[in-house]
Amino acid sequence: MSLMEISNLYKSFGGLSAVLDFNFHMEQDELVGLIGPNGAGKTTVFNLITGVYKPDQGSIIFKGRDLVGLAPYTICAQGVARTFQNIRLFNDLTVLDNVKIAAHKDVPYGLMSAILRTPYFFKGEDQIEQQAMKYLEIFKLDKKKNELAKNLPYGEQRRLEIVRALATSPQLLILDEPAAGMNPQETQELMELIRLIRDKFNLTILLIEHDMSLVMGVCERLYVLDYGQIIAEGTPQEIRSNIRVIEAYLGEEVE
Amino acid sequence: MQKNKLIKFSTEVIILAVLFSLVQYLITTGLLNQYYQINLTSMCINIILAVSLSLINGFTGQLSLGHAGFMAVGAYASVIVTNMWDYPFIAGLLAACAAAGLAGFIIGVPTLRLKGDYLAIATLAFGEIIRVTLQNIDYVNGPAGILGIAKLTTWPWLFGATVLTILVAVNLINSSYGRAIISIREDEIASELMGINTTKYKVLAFVIGAMFAGLAGAMYAHYFYIIKPETFNFLKSFDILVMVVLGGLGSTTGAIIAAISITALTAALQSFPAIRMILYALILIIVMIYRPQGLMGNKELSLKTFGRIWSGRK
Repeated sequence: MSLMEISNLYKSFGGLSAVLDFNFHMEQDELVGLIGPNGAGKTTVFNLITGVYKPDQGSIIFKGRDLVGLAPYTICAQGVARTFQNIRLFNDLTVLDNVKIAAHKDVPYGLMSAILRTPYFFKGEDQIEQQAMKYLEIFKLDKKKNELAKNLPYGEQRRLEIVRALATSPQLLILDEPAAGMNPQETQELMELIRLIRDKFNLTILLIEHDMSLVMGVCERLYVLDYGQIIAEGTPQEIRSNIRVIEAYLGEEVE
Repeated sequence: MQKNKLIKFSTEVIILAVLFSLVQYLITTGLLNQYYQINLTSMCINIILAVSLSLINGFTGQLSLGHAGFMAVGAYASVIVTNMWDYPFIAGLLAACAAAGLAGFIIGVPTLRLKGDYLAIATLAFGEIIRVTLQNIDYVNGPAGILGIAKLTTWPWLFGATVLTILVAVNLINSSYGRAIISIREDEIASELMGINTTKYKVLAFVIGAMFAGLAGAMYAHYFYIIKPETFNFLKSFDILVMVVLGGLGSTTGAIIAAISITALTAALQSFPAIRMILYALILIIVMIYRPQGLMGNKELSLKTFGRIWSGRK
């Protein structure tokens, strides 16, 4: 059975159909890319999967359970985590707190323990802190744990977003343009990082990206979206030579 | 680590014990006269109000303008229990917290779906509804209010309530639950997508804030002999809001400092009745121009800060 199976998904905003009959499936441990021109509806698909928007029609089966209609926090608890195209960190909080917040859904002590400062509280806090530091070390952000998120350089903010998503211990990680605004070298590092986290955490990863070197480099399978519809599916090699994809990106040839 | 925690804890206990005994001594020997005692009581009540509202406005980032409404619920609930039903003061206090917390829950669940200005208007309206409802209940004498309430708010009660409020607020904020609450202020969508049930935590902060406002109401009622609905109008909510904003949104110590300063300022300005409000407004404007983030911003003042100043490094 697929890890995630999306069928007949529709979403329109007023008269604009953002997603039209979207069909999609992902297997365990796959690394899939979703590409398409600007405005094709890629981020809308992500927002539908993570519960930010409710689809007009269709189903999103994740691990045998339909995610449609669930609140975003419940979807997160099911094991779906994401990053954002325009970075959405908790800016006025420290790097460490950003990661700790993502661990809150599995908080090991109760509210009363927190208020009464019982031993459970101190033990639980130590546990949360160690876990958060473990993630920060992998991403080489441990030295900056006490800096405010907003004071980090851009590339590190992007990395911190990935750390924060990982700290929710997901099975499916969704990355919305992780390389946006990065220079070629940073993109290269990001590619290695994506492969690393996939192997280390046994993750299934779905990503949107415009940087073709990254998409072609890391993704095993690609979906191409245009005007809310899937126009092609296949390996990076197949997509590269697909005539409909070339048309969508470059326009049709004039006779 | 363990040792440091113990030292910090015992220092705090000693400071509190000294503060408590000092004031108690001044009151019993009569060195602190009636005028200062009234101001001290107002100060403590305002600290409770400001700290509890800061939980909602400062940390959760939900603009609530109905705090006096919860204070009213607490005041009336406690007076009904102690004055009319003759139960002891502690029962009155518990009733105040429970009633105000319940009111917070009933109001919070529907209104906290709203954001920003809309939430402010809804909470403002609810505060007014509570006041108008009280005006129309004959059991509590309607607009005339209740007179001759026994003066049960003594310094130990007041001190205990203030410390309890601060303790609960600080312990809550510095826990995983507190971080969840703060993340809502920082970015509600990101918070929700990181697995935090934002509605639940907004309501939680709102209910806890309302409970302590109720406690403050009970303290108020049992010190000033009389309560009437008009005392808990929109302007009272606004006074509390001013303290929170002046102290800095997202700082408990800021709220405490602002509550103390504003109470002291109000008392000091009593000597200039004609220009009192002008001066008050002017001071607020000046502070807001030079410290738009509030006196403390979102920083906290702690023993560590004093320790740093003491050892001369910053």
